[in-house]
Amino acid sequence: MKDSTKIIKAGLNKRYAREKRFKFFGLCSIILSFAFLLILLSTIVGRGLPAFQQTYMKLDVTLDEETLGVTSNSSSKELFSAKYDKVIRNTLYDMFPNVSDRKEKRALRNIVSNSAAYDLRDKVIANPELLGTTQSYWFLAKDDVDVYMKGNIDRNLPESDRRIKDFQLVWIDRLIAEDRLEKRFNTVLFNAADSREPEQAGMRGAIMGSFLTMLVTLLLSFPVAVAAAAYLEEFAPQNNRWVDLIEVNINNLAAVPSIVFGLLGLAVFINFFGVPRSTPLIGGLVLSLMTLPTIIIASRAAIKAVPPSIKEAAIGMGASPVQTLFQHTLPLAMPGILTGTIIGMAQALGETAPLLMIGMVAFVAEVPGGIFDPATVMPVQIYLWSDSPERAFTERTSAAIMVLLAFLIVMNLIAIILRKKFERRW
Amino acid sequence: MNEILETLPGTTTQSLQSDEPKPEAKTRDEFDVEIDGTVGQPFVDNPKMSSRNCDVFYAEKQAIFDVNVDIGRNEIIAMIGPSGCGKSTYLRVLNRMNDTIPICRTTGTHTLDGEDIYAKDQDPVLLRARVGMVFQKPNPFPKSIYDNVAYGPRLHGLTSNRSELDDLVEASLTKAGLFKEVKDDLQKPGTGLSGGQQQRLCIARAIAVDPEVILMDEPTSALDPIATAIIEELMDDLKESYTIAIVTHSMQQAARVSQRTAYFHLGRLVEVNDTDKVFTNPEHQLTENYITGRFG
Ligand SMILES: Nc1ncnc2c1ncn2[C@@H]1O[C@H](COP(=O)(O)OP(=O)(O)OP(=O)(O)O)[C@@H](O)[C@H]1O
Ligand SMILES: [Mg+2]
Repeated sequence: MKDSTKIIKAGLNKRYAREKRFKFFGLCSIILSFAFLLILLSTIVGRGLPAFQQTYMKLDVTLDEETLGVTSNSSSKELFSAKYDKVIRNTLYDMFPNVSDRKEKRALRNIVSNSAAYDLRDKVIANPELLGTTQSYWFLAKDDVDVYMKGNIDRNLPESDRRIKDFQLVWIDRLIAEDRLEKRFNTVLFNAADSREPEQAGMRGAIMGSFLTMLVTLLLSFPVAVAAAAYLEEFAPQNNRWVDLIEVNINNLAAVPSIVFGLLGLAVFINFFGVPRSTPLIGGLVLSLMTLPTIIIASRAAIKAVPPSIKEAAIGMGASPVQTLFQHTLPLAMPGILTGTIIGMAQALGETAPLLMIGMVAFVAEVPGGIFDPATVMPVQIYLWSDSPERAFTERTSAAIMVLLAFLIVMNLIAIILRKKFERRW
Repeated sequence: MNEILETLPGTTTQSLQSDEPKPEAKTRDEFDVEIDGTVGQPFVDNPKMSSRNCDVFYAEKQAIFDVNVDIGRNEIIAMIGPSGCGKSTYLRVLNRMNDTIPICRTTGTHTLDGEDIYAKDQDPVLLRARVGMVFQKPNPFPKSIYDNVAYGPRLHGLTSNRSELDDLVEASLTKAGLFKEVKDDLQKPGTGLSGGQQQRLCIARAIAVDPEVILMDEPTSALDPIATAIIEELMDDLKESYTIAIVTHSMQQAARVSQRTAYFHLGRLVEVNDTDKVFTNPEHQLTENYITGRFG
């Protein structure tokens, strides 16, 4: 055997050991990150899952015309302001005739959500023939009852430490015995806007707000960013001091803390241009500022990666630079541009800080119908709920996080699908 | 340990380096020939294209020095010379492709059918439709074979309906000798063809707009001998209707396909003569050195 072969052979073991060590460390870090991800996800899912169910209570309401203060010939306006809460109240008093203490009576009224009266109103207005009849309806139970039904209140605790007192437990036990309490899928969570009452609070407002804000962001930042990237890559004079300055600044902008964009939005868009605050419009404007650099940088990289031979072929065939850009460069760069866009949009979807500056942290009890309506967005909704003391809001916070994560996953899926679709054009 | 090290290849090179310098230096003055204008017959009667006093600069660096040459009608002119001598640069002068390089500056007078192609009112888009180009590396668009060939006609609006376009695509592919091979796959991606087929597709794409001149920059350097032979044959057919300027590194190719040959050296045009003469009896010392393989 040659001497050099011997030396190489002697060193081989050492090399393999190093390789093994490296592989081991790599595997360890992957396992570690997966473990953290699992812990995170399981905590959130564990906490949030109960929020997808909500406790409903069955009441046999007598739609007595006298109590309501209306007759069958009343106008719908009168029907609208009839005393439905009194009907609900009377129903409860009738079910538990022994309750006489004023404090206990108030507690009894609060066993069902105050949305019950509105539910009843909507039913009667939709069908006035119900007047004078007795009907069984399922109404939202109050959040405390819901928390108890989900097993989050321990009845063995001393009474003073519980949100539900002994006398309330008696009612709940009887309602359960009569099959009048039931957990159902929580449609309120997806159909209602925010509310002060946990059992009536939903995410629809936030989801719509996020959707409208993202729409504004996308419509503003995508064309501007792609145009800017294309100009910088394909048309801007090279080695020009101003162009260099702009490039450096775009890269810097990507690193600016997002709250600064919020302050900028407040100072420029709201105070100077008078854009209405708290709206998806201003939110989209501010988030566009934030996503622009991300999309520009990704688009420039994608445009740069288009083979120059293709552009040369087009120019050589007599295509103008703009035709070359739109017919060849941009379509070929599109997968990269879209990936950058979706990353930017996902970032914007999860952004809270700049929105706090422009009033999107306000409590909004209406689902926004357009970009000029007051709105909040999902991450801000999460922040607001996590800040509320009621136990029922904690699980809603986790549920909202799950919904937000679901949206992010869907966005990433769209990114992958779009990329695949464009790549299939060879 | 030391003994072993001495046997390793890395250490032995030292003794090699101390060898005598190569005999290169001794024949050096043979190449130090003054280049004073172009010898041979750079000019023809009634040229298709011609250049006078052509200088090209990349920023401060001059790549082409005072080139004067004519390209005759329906001839194939070959441009040869060592790497970096400016063949591609000169070729790209002829369809203003150099305009796309911001630092590149071209001077001199260049005409196509007596028309100044660098005139203010001359549109490079129109010029490039009249002077087509085929590149060294086949560069079909990532589109179907059909769309590749139809690109130019569509771009310039040469056909008015689909069946006209179909005919034009078929005719161009036939002229490029590719139609038989791809007639059932016109909707398949052009990038899926073999290298030689791709290059013929690029030629079909170039001739689809019916240019007057075709510039070819080492069109066969990425191809095997069979594909090369097919393209050389094709060029022979094409010269019936087109004027062709071809840059090549293969002297055999130049000898086989061209009527005249131009030899470039360090940015200067040294000699232009009939191809037979260049390869059998070159006028200039530098040309002779190059074709006999003593240089480049
Ligand atoms: N885009 C460019 N920017 C700067 N200098 C360039 C550029 N293109 C070519 N040059 C220079 O111009 C000179 C001529 O280059 P050119 O490409 O014309 O040579 P060539 O004869 O085609 O060589 P090859 O046979 O290797 O293709 C070279 O010195 C090269 O470095
Ligand atoms: Mg070249």
